[in-house]
Amino acid sequence: MNKTTLTGICMVGIMALAALAAPWLSPCQPGQIDAGSILCAPSSSHLLGTDSLGRDVLSRLIYGARISLSVGIIAVGISTILGVFFGALAGFYGKAADALIMRVVDVLLCFPTFFLILAAVAFLDSSIFNIMVIIGLTNWMGPARLVRAEIMALKEREFVEAARACGAGNLRIIVRHMLPNACGPLLVNATLSVAGAILLESGLSFLGLGVQPPVPSWGNMLTEAKATLGVAWWITVFPGSAIFLAIIGFNFIAEGIRKDLG
Amino acid sequence: MKEEPLLLVKDLNVVFRYPGKEITAARGVSFAVGRNETLVMAGESGSGKSVTALSVCGLLPEQSAFVSGSARFDGAELIGMPQKRLRSFRGRRIAYIFQEPASYLNPVYSIGEQIAEVIRLHRGAGRAAAWKEAEHLLELSGISCPQRAARSYPHQLSGGMNQRAAISMALACRPELLIADEPTTSLDMTTEAEIIKLLTRLKKELGFSLLFITHNLAIAEHIADQVAVMFRGELVEYRMKEELFASPEHAHTKELLAAYEKVGRFIEG
Repeated sequence: MNKTTLTGICMVGIMALAALAAPWLSPCQPGQIDAGSILCAPSSSHLLGTDSLGRDVLSRLIYGARISLSVGIIAVGISTILGVFFGALAGFYGKAADALIMRVVDVLLCFPTFFLILAAVAFLDSSIFNIMVIIGLTNWMGPARLVRAEIMALKEREFVEAARACGAGNLRIIVRHMLPNACGPLLVNATLSVAGAILLESGLSFLGLGVQPPVPSWGNMLTEAKATLGVAWWITVFPGSAIFLAIIGFNFIAEGIRKDLG
Repeated sequence: MKEEPLLLVKDLNVVFRYPGKEITAARGVSFAVGRNETLVMAGESGSGKSVTALSVCGLLPEQSAFVSGSARFDGAELIGMPQKRLRSFRGRRIAYIFQEPASYLNPVYSIGEQIAEVIRLHRGAGRAAAWKEAEHLLELSGISCPQRAARSYPHQLSGGMNQRAAISMALACRPELLIADEPTTSLDMTTEAEIIKLLTRLKKELGFSLLFITHNLAIAEHIADQVAVMFRGELVEYRMKEELFASPEHAHTKELLAAYEKVGRFIEG
């Protein structure tokens, strides 16, 4: 493991730990309104200040990490599983299956993802679960193309022929012999996508179509901070930095893995 | 009546069809391998030896390779048999070893895991039992430290070690027929001799038939009962070893023998 990966893992790890330990770590309840301390600057009683309703920014940031990270990771989980499934199918069987799946992928890739998600959110209610699923469903084309290419290359490798000569069936060959060999690039892609998904969720929440207040997410904290941007810099800077650091962290991990893979 | 040989191939044709092109890789090939017998199939590269061997078990790409004729294994017709049924033959009753052991082993699994997988696949053994058996097989194949080799990955082992591992894997289910497709071509001469000796010993201990493909007639002299010489997709000479070496008939056999003698002189001189 190289330094880049390690740095990334430390950054993401600290955030993930904070998110897991949110109830013990955060000084206040994230929704606790304190009319006596509205828009307080960072101080010893509120380390990162308070927002326009007097809520503690640090607490909201920590609880927001739960939402943002889990949306990112689960959405990518969904899209990777779908991508692996369709990509393997297309790459392994080729011909009609390949043509059909890849044309569907091409068509879906023609839509700008963000607007596709906006349209979907407009029809469904924007619960956290829906957002995970929608982001997942609109992002499987990348991993599908990746896996397809890997499988097509692996199909020509001798050990696949050897596995066939040992009496392995198609399913076993794909799952046991091919996919583990395609893991590297897939892992890089998934890690990068987590960063993308976090950014997508933040963007959606910023537009008011993502996670709904009062549940805190890094994106909707920014929306709420917009109105008081001129007087209270801390409400925007800290959630913004959190998004920035999470994305940098995931990018470091991906970059590091890519370097290690050579 | 005489008992039917273990593998009886009759009039086997393999044609590769590509858009606008047709290549006949094997034409009217017939041979037989009896129980516990060794048939060495010799010929230059591209003569159709490997294609013949692969077609027996339906391992050629179905889209482009068209196989006709007959290949009976222990009374069952293999040509045209559905893949699903063929799978119960592969690995269990007919096993293969190939030329480049390192690339025929999966790089992401340890040697032990790969051997154990075959055992679990065909014999339904448990994880621990399969692993024990894998170590035992490695020991049988003359690997001095089977516990360590089982935990090693293909890239950590030498070519000879990998080929021994591949042989262990092939013999995991005690097959009746072992098809060895140039298993020593990529190895140096000392290792080659060791692998040949190993195969001879294992054959004696475990009892299986061997179809050995090579371009090196020197090997045939050591292990063969019968020798079949292939040339441009046809079986041009197919006789007992002693007869063939004493009085080669076909021009190509003579060429192969001459080459073999030349190489021999080169090494001695």
